[in-house]
Amino acid sequence: MSRTIVMSLNKISKHFGPLLANNAIDLELAEGEVLALLGENGAGQTTLMNILFGHYVADEGSVTVFDQELPPGKPRAAIEAGVGMVHQHFTLADNLTVLENIILGTEPLWGVTQHMRAALAKLDRLSQEFGLTVDPKAQVKDLSVGEMQRVEILKALYRNARILIMDEPTAVLTPPEVESLFATLRQLLKRGLAVVFISHKLAEVMAISDRVAVLRNGKVVLQAETTQTSREALAEAMVGREIPEPKRTPQEAGEILLSLDQVTVFGTQHKRLLDQANLTLRAGEIVGIAGVSGHGQAQLADLLSGLQKPDEGRLTLRGAGEIIPKPSTMIRYGIGRIVEDRIGLGLIGDMTITENLASESYRDKKFSNFGFLRFNVLKEHARQLIEDFDVRCPGVAAQVRKLSGGNMQKLILARVLSKKPIVILAHQPTWGLDVGATAYVHSQLLEARQRGAGVLLISEDLDELLQLCDRIQVIYHGRLSESLDPENISLQELGLLMSGHQTTAPKAA
Amino acid sequence: MRLEPRDHVSLAMAIAGPILAVLAAMAICSLLILWSGSSITEAYVLLFKGALGSRFAISETLTRTTVLILTGLAAAVAFRAKLWNIGGEGQLYMGACAATMLGTGFLEWSPYLLVPTLFLAGALAGGLLLLVPTLLKTHLKVDEVVTTLLLNFIILLLVNYLVFGPWKDPMAMGWPQAAPIIDQGLLPILLAKTRLHAGFLVALASAFGIWVLMRFTVWGYEIRAVGANPEAARFAGVPVNRTIIRTALISGGLAGMAGVCELIGLKGYLTLDLSPGFGYTGIVVAMLAGLHPLGVILSAFFVAVVFNGADSMSRALSVSNYIAEVITAVSLLTVLVSMLLTRYRIRWK
Amino acid sequence: MGDFFDFLFVAGFWAATLRMATPLIFGTLGELVCERSGVLNLGIEGIMTAGSMAGWMWVYQGGDLWGGVLFAAFVGGMFGLLHSLFSVYLGLSQHVTGLGITMLASSLSYFVFRMMLPNVTTPPKIVPFESWSLPFFSEIPVLGEALFVLSPLTWLALLIVVVVGYGLFYTPLGLAVRMVGENPMAAEAQGINVHRVRSGAVIFGSALMAVGGSFLTLSAFDAFYIGMTNGRGWICIALVVFASWKPGKALLGALFFAAFDAMQMRVQQQASAAIPYQFYLMAPYVMSIVALIIMSRRAAYPKALLVPFRRGER
Repeated sequence: MSRTIVMSLNKISKHFGPLLANNAIDLELAEGEVLALLGENGAGQTTLMNILFGHYVADEGSVTVFDQELPPGKPRAAIEAGVGMVHQHFTLADNLTVLENIILGTEPLWGVTQHMRAALAKLDRLSQEFGLTVDPKAQVKDLSVGEMQRVEILKALYRNARILIMDEPTAVLTPPEVESLFATLRQLLKRGLAVVFISHKLAEVMAISDRVAVLRNGKVVLQAETTQTSREALAEAMVGREIPEPKRTPQEAGEILLSLDQVTVFGTQHKRLLDQANLTLRAGEIVGIAGVSGHGQAQLADLLSGLQKPDEGRLTLRGAGEIIPKPSTMIRYGIGRIVEDRIGLGLIGDMTITENLASESYRDKKFSNFGFLRFNVLKEHARQLIEDFDVRCPGVAAQVRKLSGGNMQKLILARVLSKKPIVILAHQPTWGLDVGATAYVHSQLLEARQRGAGVLLISEDLDELLQLCDRIQVIYHGRLSESLDPENISLQELGLLMSGHQTTAPKAA
Repeated sequence: MRLEPRDHVSLAMAIAGPILAVLAAMAICSLLILWSGSSITEAYVLLFKGALGSRFAISETLTRTTVLILTGLAAAVAFRAKLWNIGGEGQLYMGACAATMLGTGFLEWSPYLLVPTLFLAGALAGGLLLLVPTLLKTHLKVDEVVTTLLLNFIILLLVNYLVFGPWKDPMAMGWPQAAPIIDQGLLPILLAKTRLHAGFLVALASAFGIWVLMRFTVWGYEIRAVGANPEAARFAGVPVNRTIIRTALISGGLAGMAGVCELIGLKGYLTLDLSPGFGYTGIVVAMLAGLHPLGVILSAFFVAVVFNGADSMSRALSVSNYIAEVITAVSLLTVLVSMLLTRYRIRWK
Repeated sequence: MGDFFDFLFVAGFWAATLRMATPLIFGTLGELVCERSGVLNLGIEGIMTAGSMAGWMWVYQGGDLWGGVLFAAFVGGMFGLLHSLFSVYLGLSQHVTGLGITMLASSLSYFVFRMMLPNVTTPPKIVPFESWSLPFFSEIPVLGEALFVLSPLTWLALLIVVVVGYGLFYTPLGLAVRMVGENPMAAEAQGINVHRVRSGAVIFGSALMAVGGSFLTLSAFDAFYIGMTNGRGWICIALVVFASWKPGKALLGALFFAAFDAMQMRVQQQASAAIPYQFYLMAPYVMSIVALIIMSRRAAYPKALLVPFRRGER
């Protein structure tokens, strides 16, 4: 069988400051195939695709599509050459309709009118052909995540894309939605399109791809036919080294530290974002919350962070009784909060490491006196913490914005864990971190459990949950399931629960 | 064209930036001087001579620096917390009104008691005026830019009403002005035979005080945190609304003090031309200083030089004294660019 | 009370309303276009001043009235270009840039005015626009005189409402403008040059503001004064919020606002002694603040308003 090469990347290199994000990358894509681009977060695959698509300009190298070299830095040229991209974070405007989102940029800007009827007809035909149904008149903000992704794919098809690049397309989908996405992809391939599928989930890569390329530290370290390789080989290529993952040792849970009793949180239009959620957290255990993103995890995290008050129900804390969540209250009662949005919420990027490490305790007698901050004490405190938690930084006076993601997370861990909190909220604590940093976060959480803290771990990474948690509860449309025993539940069963199916999985004791 | 953040900003660059920007502004404005048919060098020489050429000229420039330091600090403090207080002009007049109310005979205390009281009253009046849009911002999410701007017009009309109506001084031969401040309420002159008054020291002390506040205190930490990232500050337990309200009282208070300074140090009685836009110019002063409280002293001095110098230049040459406002406006824009260029480098590809 | 509301049936009242509304309509639409593209334009106050000066100066130098309007639009557009260089291309704070543009545009206007006319004490006058009446309609009693005998610039303002409304919602360019104001990343991903669309919107919007300013000197009055704009620009910004970023509502808001203003002037004439005139003059500013308070809670700002877009930023 002869392969028709539709796209090739030639010796692409790209620096961001001192970081070499792409290092002389060569790749080829053939008609009718799925090329999986596998790599950890930050291995360089997103940068590479942004170069291909003209969002970034490469320092060196070129992109050829259908035997034509693309001019650098021109998204329009990539689109016209037949490249479509489905971004990990959807590029849709919430307040515009589906149709408006799709036709933007397809007609000459200076046209006097838009050819709405023709556009609708074309969209209709595409929807039918590929089984991608979505209401073109609906506003994007009213769509489900799966529907939004369909709009993104339709957007590319509407522009007659022959090459589709999908960046982590399954991250936000429920298992059935993933199945339907794969069905769509097979339809596309049948019609001769080619797909680049960026992922770090091995199972999916094995399931959908024809060929696979593994990126590590900005370099292609392995290229193979999918059938000729194995999960183990790919995993090793991806990580490059063995990182011992900390192990959870059995341990009796203690008294109840925190409980949520029938907690409901309303969103706009009286939507129940948390729906009569019940949860108890005991000393010395890690309770995991599994679920597809957007099902109430954010509200649960905000509740424990003190940013959200329950509209109904009660939040009770050992030694304090029922409390009304406020950030200062949570800090006072010793709740350690590790949030998902590190730079937007957890840290103040424009302030120094010293100042960030003090942000939850600057009013303590130890750190301030008659309204004046004791800078020497603060600095010493910061120096001690960055040493204890191995934060790599130029110094305690450095701006936090300039740290890497892993070091930012270590900074948050330092601030939170150094106060020996009795309850710890960890929301996506390893999101976007490399393997080493992930292992470090895991060992810190286990250590806190060991000394008797209760940890609530909200994560979308099922492997992480199964590895760390004593109990797991699944969240779906704001409802929390019964506690499940991670030893006795399979990934498949969790997946079904996460998409709203009831199972007969064994309950935790 | 792309902007790339610099890894390291040297101190030299941070200082040279605004200076080069100001020079660039003056170079740009020399086009206007050229257009008016005057010689550029002559114009700028006259400008600097007019502002700094004699003991009296320097004293006049420092007198104007005084009020600009205070309005500049008002803007600098508020902008640090990302509270867009554009209402310095109105707050300045409110401060002057409060001082007029108490200082024209209502209180007949000794100077050591009366002068501080007038400052306090003025600061309170300015602060309370800014409190209104601030509470609207924190509690009803009303954008403070427009409300503070509009309040300037309202307050100016209020002063207009007062000096034409109930406060009109019958001894002023029909001029619209309020009764003079009694002698015990006036600030002493610092330099004989000049108008430089003790308000200058008040302004310097305020700048120093604000620097200490922002740099070393819990309040200052909170103000900076709220300005840098309000969500993260709230998450960390900083009382965000309380901090913004506190900032408003400080900022409005400084602008109110500026009004008191002009009133009891320079003019002696309230009129409608107490301030030719010092509140607005304060914004330029603050931006030129990069919002640094001690930098405000220098930038206020620079702006005062430009304004006083332009006044005397325009008397000698056929260049309208509006050139001063043009120079400061252009400086504001060039300084913005220079601050960007010290933090980023531009890549042309 | 019956007598009090008689003014509603006087043609002059409605004519005054439309006259006062005209600069507000231009200014509000101009600001609306800028904000729809994601750029707050606080330069409006200065740009309106520059427009009134430029238009007037053109006519005073012997140019024709429509030439004056065009010249004002050109000058406004140039300040818009400057604003977009700073706030769009360099991504600088839109607040500070806008204030800087206002300071620059008004001080330059005054400077130029003083330089061109150094020795005049009373501002010289020009012959302003005469009203155009719509044939037939203008002969309707009362109503005709009020609503169909208008300054050509008022006609233009009404036309511009339709043009902007149609343009924003029914053309590809309008869609692009709205998209860059909602989600610039999305627009770029579809091959739209975000910087170019934004700066185009700011230039066009600024030109409209300047035309609104030129109405003051070319139609409402016949001379240029220092401090002439008098906060109208800031009122327009409040009106944009009040109108929820919709051109039709902006027209209604401006008319409502002007009607209230015209009414307070009538009341002022009838009951002048009771309340000092300064308090009547405060009314528009107070009303703007009240309008902001009423609307702010449900204000649906364009999502990317105030957010600079930097290409290739991580």
